[in-house]
Order: sequence, then C-alpha cells, then structure tokens
Amino acid sequence: MSRIRALAAALASVPITLFGLILITFLIGRVVPIDPVLAIVGDRAPQDVVARTRLELGLDRPLPEQFIRYVGQLAHGDFGRSVMTSNSVGTDIARFFPATLELATAALLIAVLLGVPLGVYAAVRQGRWVDTVIRVVCLSGHSIPIFVLALLALLVFYATLQWAPGPGRQSVVFDGMVDQRTGLLLLDCALAGEWEAFWDALKQIALPALVLGLSNMAYIARMTRAFMLESLQGEFVITAKAKGLSAAAVVWRHAFGNILVRLLTVIVLTYAGLLEGAVLTETIFSWPGLGQYLTGSLLNADMNAVLGATLVVGLTYVVLNLFSDLMYRVLDPRVR
Amino acid sequence: MMLNRRTLLAALGASPLIPAARTAWAATPRDVVVMALQMDDIVSLDPQESFEFSGEEVLANVYDRLILPNLKDPTDIKGDLAESWSTSEDGLTTTFKLAQGRKFASGNPVTAEDAAFTLQRAVILNKSPAFIVNQFGFTKENAAERIRATDERTLVLTLAEKGSPSFLLYCLSALVGSVVDKKTVMAKAVGDDLGNAWLKSGNSAGSGPFQLRQWRASESMTLEPNPAHPSPPKLRRLLVQHRPDVSAQLLGLQRGDIDIARTLAPDQLAALSEDAAYTLLTAPKSYVNFLALNQNHPILSKPQVRQAFKWAIDYEGIAASITPKAYEPHQAFLPRGFPGALTDLPFRKDIAKAKALLAEAGLPNGFEITLDHYTVPPFADVAQAIQANLAEAGIKVTLIAGEQRQVITKTRARQHQVAMGLWGSDYMDPNSNSETFNVNVDNTEAQKNRTLAWRSNWKDDEFTARSAEALKEPDAARRVALYERLQRDHQERSPFVFIGQKVEVAAMKKNTTGLELALLGDRTSYAKVSKA
Repeated sequence: MSRIRALAAALASVPITLFGLILITFLIGRVVPIDPVLAIVGDRAPQDVVARTRLELGLDRPLPEQFIRYVGQLAHGDFGRSVMTSNSVGTDIARFFPATLELATAALLIAVLLGVPLGVYAAVRQGRWVDTVIRVVCLSGHSIPIFVLALLALLVFYATLQWAPGPGRQSVVFDGMVDQRTGLLLLDCALAGEWEAFWDALKQIALPALVLGLSNMAYIARMTRAFMLESLQGEFVITAKAKGLSAAAVVWRHAFGNILVRLLTVIVLTYAGLLEGAVLTETIFSWPGLGQYLTGSLLNADMNAVLGATLVVGLTYVVLNLFSDLMYRVLDPRVR
Repeated sequence: MMLNRRTLLAALGASPLIPAARTAWAATPRDVVVMALQMDDIVSLDPQESFEFSGEEVLANVYDRLILPNLKDPTDIKGDLAESWSTSEDGLTTTFKLAQGRKFASGNPVTAEDAAFTLQRAVILNKSPAFIVNQFGFTKENAAERIRATDERTLVLTLAEKGSPSFLLYCLSALVGSVVDKKTVMAKAVGDDLGNAWLKSGNSAGSGPFQLRQWRASESMTLEPNPAHPSPPKLRRLLVQHRPDVSAQLLGLQRGDIDIARTLAPDQLAALSEDAAYTLLTAPKSYVNFLALNQNHPILSKPQVRQAFKWAIDYEGIAASITPKAYEPHQAFLPRGFPGALTDLPFRKDIAKAKALLAEAGLPNGFEITLDHYTVPPFADVAQAIQANLAEAGIKVTLIAGEQRQVITKTRARQHQVAMGLWGSDYMDPNSNSETFNVNVDNTEAQKNRTLAWRSNWKDDEFTARSAEALKEPDAARRVALYERLQRDHQERSPFVFIGQKVEVAAMKKNTTGLELALLGDRTSYAKVSKA
C-alpha cells in the first residue's frame, strides 16, 4: 500500500512541477526588457503595425489573463507559433528534439560504457599509476571547456586526419533523401532501408557524440570511482573476500551492486543535462538540436518557442526523475 | 590573452596541421555549391513580408522586380521585368510596360496582372516592409483602384501626390516589389491570407534564376535553378547552410565541404587573404554604425556637447585595430554607394578641440553618461574604445551591454542616454536614411513613424522640412545636391555620431566564382555562381 502511495505522490508532483515551470518561464518571458513584438515585426515597422501585432498577440491584456490564455492553449496541445521558424512550436520541437535525443543518447552510451569500467578499475587500483592516469584524464575531461574539446576534435579528426566528416547532421549528397518519420535520423534511415544514408548519419554523429561522451564520461568515471572507494571499504566486502569469492565477484557483484542506486542518479541526471541540449557542441557541429533552437529563440525574443522548449526540457527532467525514483525501488531492497 | 574559440583555432592554425587540411579539395559535387551563411534571422520567405538580411538576400535570387538600379551607378535605373516606364506630366501616374517572354518557375507567363497583384498584396497584407509601398498613398481600400493592370503587359500606378519619380522607382526596386505568380499563390491561399502562410514557410512562386526547394529554419536552404529563366544558373543545386560557429565554418572551407563562407571573422579573413587557394570578395554594405545622443538629456542637448563627441572619437584607430575588414570609417547618414552620399571624413580625434567645446558648453570638468551597446562583436569592443576616447576629453562613460533587441527596445522607448546602433537602408533611395535620421514631425508618443530622430528626441523642423523637400524634388541632379547639403549640416548639428560603414567579405574557394555582393542585401546575386 505504501508503495502505491509513494508512486502516487511521485506522479502527483509532476503536474505541480510543470505548472511551476510554466509560471516561472512565462513570467521571466514577460519581464525581460525585450519587446516580443519586435521579434515579429522587426525594428523598422511603423507604430501602427507594432500596435496591431501587440493587440493580436494579446500583449495588451493584464498578465494573469495572458497566462490563463496561454495555459488554456497548452491544455489543447497548442504551444503557439514560433516567430523564428513560422512553424507551430510543436512542429519545431518534433524536429529539433529528436536530433538532441539522438546525440544525447549516443553520448550517454559512450560516457557510461567507458566511464563506469574506468571508475571501477581506478578504485580497485587506488593509488597506483593506473589510478593516477585515469584521475588525470577524468579531471582534464571534466575541466577542459567543451568548445575546446569540440574544436580540437574537429581540427584533428576532420581537418587533419580526415577520419570524420564536418559539421552537420547529414552530408550534402544525402540531404533530404530520407523522409522524417521519427525524427531520429539513424532510425529513419534504417526504417527506409537507406543504408548508405544510415552510415553517413552514423559518421556524422560520431564526432559530436564522442566529444560530448568524453566530457560526460569524465564525470561519470570520477563519481563511480568515489562511490566504489567507499563501497570497497564496507564490511560486506571484507565478508565477501573472507568467503573466498573471486576478485571479480567481490568487485562487480558486491561492491558495484551496492553503488548502483547512487550511480543511476548520476547517469540519469547526466542524461537529463544532455537532453537539455548541449548548446556549444550543437553550435560548433551545426547540429540542429534543442539547445540551438532554445538559444536562437531566446536571442530572438521568440517567447512561444522559449516557453515550449523549456517545457520540453522540464518535462524531460521530471520524467527522468520519476524513472530514477522508480528504479530506486527496483534496485534498492530497502525501499521495496 | 583570454582563450576563446577563435584564439584557440588561430593558435592551432599556426601548426603544420592546417596545410594538410588545405589539400583536401572538392568534397562537394561540381554542380553543387555549398554556401555557409548565418541565417537564423529569417522570419518569413514571403517577399511581401521578409525584412531580414539573409531572407531578403535569398529571395532576391528567387524573384524578379520591375526595375533595378545599376549596382555600380545607382542613378542609372534599368528595367528587369519591365522593359519601359513613363510618368505622366502631373507626376501622379506611372505606367510600366512589361517585357514579353518572361515566365515564372511554374511555367506561367509574367503578366501585368501578377505585378498589380504583388503590389496590392503588399498593401493588403500590410506586413513590415509594406510602408515602402504605402508611402505613395496606397491603402487597402484604394489598392485595387490605384494599382491596375490595364492589359496583359501594362501596369498603371496612380499616386496620392506628386513626388520624385526616382523615389518611386527606387522603392519598387526593394524586395517588397518582387513579383509573385498570382495563379500559384492564390491556389495555396487560406482564407484571406493571399498565400502568405504558404510562401512564408519555405515555398516560392517567382521568376528569378532560382526556385526554393527546401527550407529548414536555422539549418539549411536548398535552391534549384528555375528552368523557365532566360539564363538559368549552371548549378544543379545551391545549398545554403546555417553555420553559426565561425571557426567550424573556416575548417569547412579549408576542408572543401563549404565553397563559400560568408560570415568569417576579420582575423580569419586576414589569414585567408594571404592564401592563394581562396578568393576574397569585398563590398560595402548599406549599414552604418552610429551613436545616438538622446536630446531629452539636458547636457546632450547642448550643440557643443554633440560636437565634442564627434571630435573625441578615434575613427581611424577603431577601424584599423577593432574592425578591419568589417567596418570602414564613414561619417554621413547616407552610406557610401548611395546617390549623394558624402564620403569625406571631416571629423578626427582632436581631444583639445573636444575639451574646448565642453568648456564652451559650461562643462570644463566633463560629465558622466551611460552608453547602451550590443554585446555581439564588434560593438562591445568599439564601445570600449569610445569609452576610452571620451574619457580623455573628460566624459566619463558607463557602458551598458545588452542583447540587440534589448537595446532596440530601450531606444524605441527613448530610455537611453547615449546608444550605439546599426542602421541598414530599407531601399536604394536616399530618403530611406534621410527620413529616419532627420524627420520628426511630432515628438510625442502619438507619433506613428518612430524614426531614429524621434527615438533620440531630436525634433528640428528645418531638417524635417529639408528632408521632405529633397524627397519631392523631381530633378534627379538637384535632388542629389539637396541631400549632399543636408548631410553636411547634419554632420554639424545632429545628435548622431557616425562611426563606420559595414563591409562584407565573402571567402570563396578558388574554383568557385560568380557571387556578386551588393550594397543592399536584396541585390546580392547567386545567378552566376559556378564551380570549375
């Protein structure tokens, strides 16, 4: 019964969190010292065009009325129209978010598959040269700005060695070849059976995913190492060793099993951060993702787009948090 | 030195790695040209609505206009879709005769009915650029009567009042005058939108050398030749890509993935200028960078203080050290290249003179003031240089950096003291800038036309009247002379300090040719772009 109650409480927090997010973003959007009408009509428009547009957007109404109207639209699934792209914000998000989702997932896979084993290995070899090397690599990876890593990667792997293609999600020759079904280009290419386009898309994503993945790998590895060091000193590890279990069993089954819950939180939050859109990486690699969309919208005072994209980012956080909560209950016997 | 993307790349570029990159050519097919452009400003691709730099430029290659001024000599106006035109003796009626044989991409012939529909459409939709057409007295109510096609090739425009014939022609040469295919557009119309939703979202219905095949906002645009054009481009496709990061844009050019890079930074261009593998194309643009001194400030409204600003700034130094290959010194409201533009530079840094002017204004110890400026390069650096120059004269400036629209919002509300701005001409006629920098008929909030003069609280009836007089002068040579005199007096008395005129530099691979840059974005031509 308590499990159901806890789950209900977690679910009930979702609309409250989202409402708070909408309210705060809406208010920020209205109090910034930028006239949203300028984004639509431009600086040169005569005052009557400005006034008419302000009226059409309902910006002359009191703030609470504007908010209620906006929430009413959202309830009908209408995010409004983006000034920047002329599309409905929903259509834009359906185009930009999958690009970010694809990149973030690829980066997370790299980060987890490299970061976790490295962190565990460094903890097991604590104080030895291997540990020192891994720590230095992780510290560098985490402290070097992402744009430096991205440009270095472009310079070395794209410009010099010519192993990787340049910025963009697809090469010129494949541009527009595959119809968008899911928005996940790799998946769309596979579904369409366009394998050449698939390989091209895979090559295009490799470098930005690697850059983002390495940067996040450093964080995951450091956290894994710290958790493992604590775990390896636990009495249950000494007991396991005394029982004569193999080193691998002690490390992976007992010590690592014990850090899974905390590690999951780190991984989920990393994923949430990646899904928010890595603005600098997306900019350098001309990756048409949510980060670029949100930044462009902010700079253009395109408030519908800003609100819509923020809502999606917020929703992602909420859903991943909920997922993390649920996984606690699966992984941690004390919560069951 | 602070490490940023550009300095990092510059440092790495000095390594032997870069030459290897230079050898890798021709990554794009020969009949496809890839151009990198910052194009996240596009709001609409409807020529009767588009009013942003990159949108106007692209559309100029998709649509034709009735007439166009010669790029090298703007006083020479040539027919484009129109083969001839004439103005009635009373100056109220202008008749255009359309050339035969021109076709839209759809295959439909270009008729006077299409031209009339286009201008009526601009008036009825009443989007941002509509004022360019509306200033001749056209309204929703009278558009059908005053913009008429009398036969398949004859378009007759009836103006509300007599004015300069060249003014009408220059205005019709603006992008808003781009002729759309009535049949195609109306087939896509929804309600009373005259096809606006269809055109603005990336479709085209023009007779220009290209047609729009695909637009993905803030990502890419694909142009393909219009087979119905008299001289269709040699390319199979022109791909315009949004490449926001200039360092990545440079790498793309060096690697061969980009054929034309349009928004490289000055230091990158300086490096490329010494490399025989690239061609740099340079052209002045119609954008002028200026300071606006708000005249509601008691100190800034003193004539000597306005002059002191003009004599304290190191124009040459700013151009040489901060904005090389980006801005050239320019000190008049008409950009170089416009009919009547003054190109001499009467002001130079003279701190003693600036101090003397301040003393004459009763401010021997200077004063404190705020300066709003954009954060994007090069404005922040230019603002800091001006701050240092003015400090030498005794004017203590506090800089207020803001996002571009934030600064514009503030200046439109007239809440600034001094603000740095950038103004690009809307159309080729001198009135475009003369009006905004001079005319202020009503300095109250009731004013609809919020010119830069209005935004600076500068109401000088003499300048307003002289700008109007020049606008209506029917004789082209006398008109130019009026603007020259107006600029000279404006330099002496206005609260505007002009700092520089924008210069555009495009970097192209050696095997790519044919791009034509122009003073106004809506005249930049891709028609002859080709790759060897």
